[in-house]
Amino acid sequence: MSESNIINPENLVYDKTSVMTDRVLHYCPGCGHGTAHRMLAEAIDDLGIQGDTIGVAPVGCSVLAYYYFDVDMQQAAHGRAPAVATGIKRTMPEKYVFTYQGDGDLAAIGTAETIHACNRGENILIVFINNGIYGMTGGQMAPTTLEGMKSSTSPRGRDIQSMGNPLKITELVAQLPGTYYVTRHSVQKPANARKAKRALKKALEYQKENKGTCLVEIVANCPSGWKMTPAQSNQWMEENMFPFYPLGDIKVPSE
Amino acid sequence: MKELRLMKGNEALAEAAIRAGADAYFGYPITPQSEVIEYLMRENPADRTGMQVLQAESEVAAINMVYGAAGCGKKAMTSSSSPGISLKMEGISYIAGAELPCVVVNVVRAGPGLGTIQPSQSDYFQAVKGGGHGDYKMIVLAPATVQESVDYVRLGFELAFKYRNPVMILSDGIIGQMMEKVELFEQHPRSTEEPEWATVGKKPGKDSVIVTSLQLQSEEQEKVNLKLQAKYREMEKNEVRYETHQCEDAEYLFVAFGSCARITRKAMEMARKKGIKAGLIRPQTLYPFPVKAIHKLAKQVKGIMTVEMNAGQMVEDVRLAARGEAPVEFFGRFGGMIPSPDEIFNAFEQKMIGG
Repeated sequence: MSESNIINPENLVYDKTSVMTDRVLHYCPGCGHGTAHRMLAEAIDDLGIQGDTIGVAPVGCSVLAYYYFDVDMQQAAHGRAPAVATGIKRTMPEKYVFTYQGDGDLAAIGTAETIHACNRGENILIVFINNGIYGMTGGQMAPTTLEGMKSSTSPRGRDIQSMGNPLKITELVAQLPGTYYVTRHSVQKPANARKAKRALKKALEYQKENKGTCLVEIVANCPSGWKMTPAQSNQWMEENMFPFYPLGDIKVPSE
Repeated sequence: MKELRLMKGNEALAEAAIRAGADAYFGYPITPQSEVIEYLMRENPADRTGMQVLQAESEVAAINMVYGAAGCGKKAMTSSSSPGISLKMEGISYIAGAELPCVVVNVVRAGPGLGTIQPSQSDYFQAVKGGGHGDYKMIVLAPATVQESVDYVRLGFELAFKYRNPVMILSDGIIGQMMEKVELFEQHPRSTEEPEWATVGKKPGKDSVIVTSLQLQSEEQEKVNLKLQAKYREMEKNEVRYETHQCEDAEYLFVAFGSCARITRKAMEMARKKGIKAGLIRPQTLYPFPVKAIHKLAKQVKGIMTVEMNAGQMVEDVRLAARGEAPVEFFGRFGGMIPSPDEIFNAFEQKMIGG
């Protein structure tokens, strides 16, 4: 059997979504961003809304997300993605609008924008990648850095007394009446990635119905920032991040 | 079909935004410009034209909402006053860097810090020299009347879209708060065009649109800077606007902008009554600055006096424009104080005539 016989549509078990470009990802080996991107891109593809989607990239490792998603995108100032998304959605209400933000962007410098966009119930999807560290700037402490976790600005481990507590912003915004669907996932194993994709798809479907803000958190690893191999980082994430940031739905529609 | 109304500066400006066909206004209350958003909320332009109005959680959020809407090719506006404009500066730099059009109104109050809510022109440097980070310029329109506040909203959007650049209307607490007769222009329809640079949803067979100000490679960033600089040279060539009064035979020249120019004109007329041949030039665009006109007049006059409601900011540009052809003096009141024609004339006599 020749190669051309094998590569034909009915034999394909997996196909790269056209919502992702062919550009080589700049992310570090083993980083969760690539899979998270793909899950979101596949969700957009499945719903057939590529031409109706406008994304907002943050400042942080995923600042260049606009090179990888083949949808129209805007790059926002640090933390301002929910405000930029508000400006887009209010003037383009028929479009699907998402932000893709890290923990520093969403839960530190952009806390006000996050909370108020959620509180207004902006009909947008916020994808929140939580790896407990500032990856892009070289591994500094993030608002979600765990107690005792080492970073370049908490070299002896995060000390709660002097550095404050890790912020569970996802639980926080779930309290707001403007949020409709708030859930926490991960993408380190195929089963987790599939669940994350289902959540992203559901959130985009709710957006079509103007239900309010949907926030999907993805707890992710950062091998470079955590100074671990990819495999070690996934294990560390499961053992340390998941107990503090438990996976699962936090707020689901009551209907 | 003239539509004349007696209107407060801030309210007239808000009405002008609706009539100019603006798609969105995002703002945050601050004295002395809160009437802009109050008027818009009362008027509810969503019913009139479909224009969206939203009170943001901060000035920072408001300018970033403007960024998002402008990135979709929409006519978006925000307004604030000095401390709030400082907060918007990051966003304005991003808008300039991403080459998006928008109108930003600054109804200036005196600073620094929280300062006072009284009128001032102390944000001249911030408006014309950058304010935010990086090499960028925005066109700065300086209205002297409520009428100009109205007209500059329409002109501001035209220029913003012509150059894909932020335009600032540098008003002040006097013009924002006072009532004057205005002639309102007719309602312009909101645009239905989708510019090719705007994120409106990827078209089949076309590349996706990216709105960004980021270039990681220095070589690429320099190209962006060169392109921006070329655009600014075009603005300097095409968009200089100013008004002169009795400059034909002038031996002395006053330079003043905005509300201060109206007071300075009185001082100029006082000089004329005393037989002193004085004239006035009023820059209507502070960037681009009327460099050539001032240089030409500098060669004609014995001296130039710049009058501002600040500690001396535009005077630096006047000196650069005069290029030593005539001495340039300065008189200003600040901290929210407004100079009277008498004190301007006295300062002029003392500094220029040597009385």
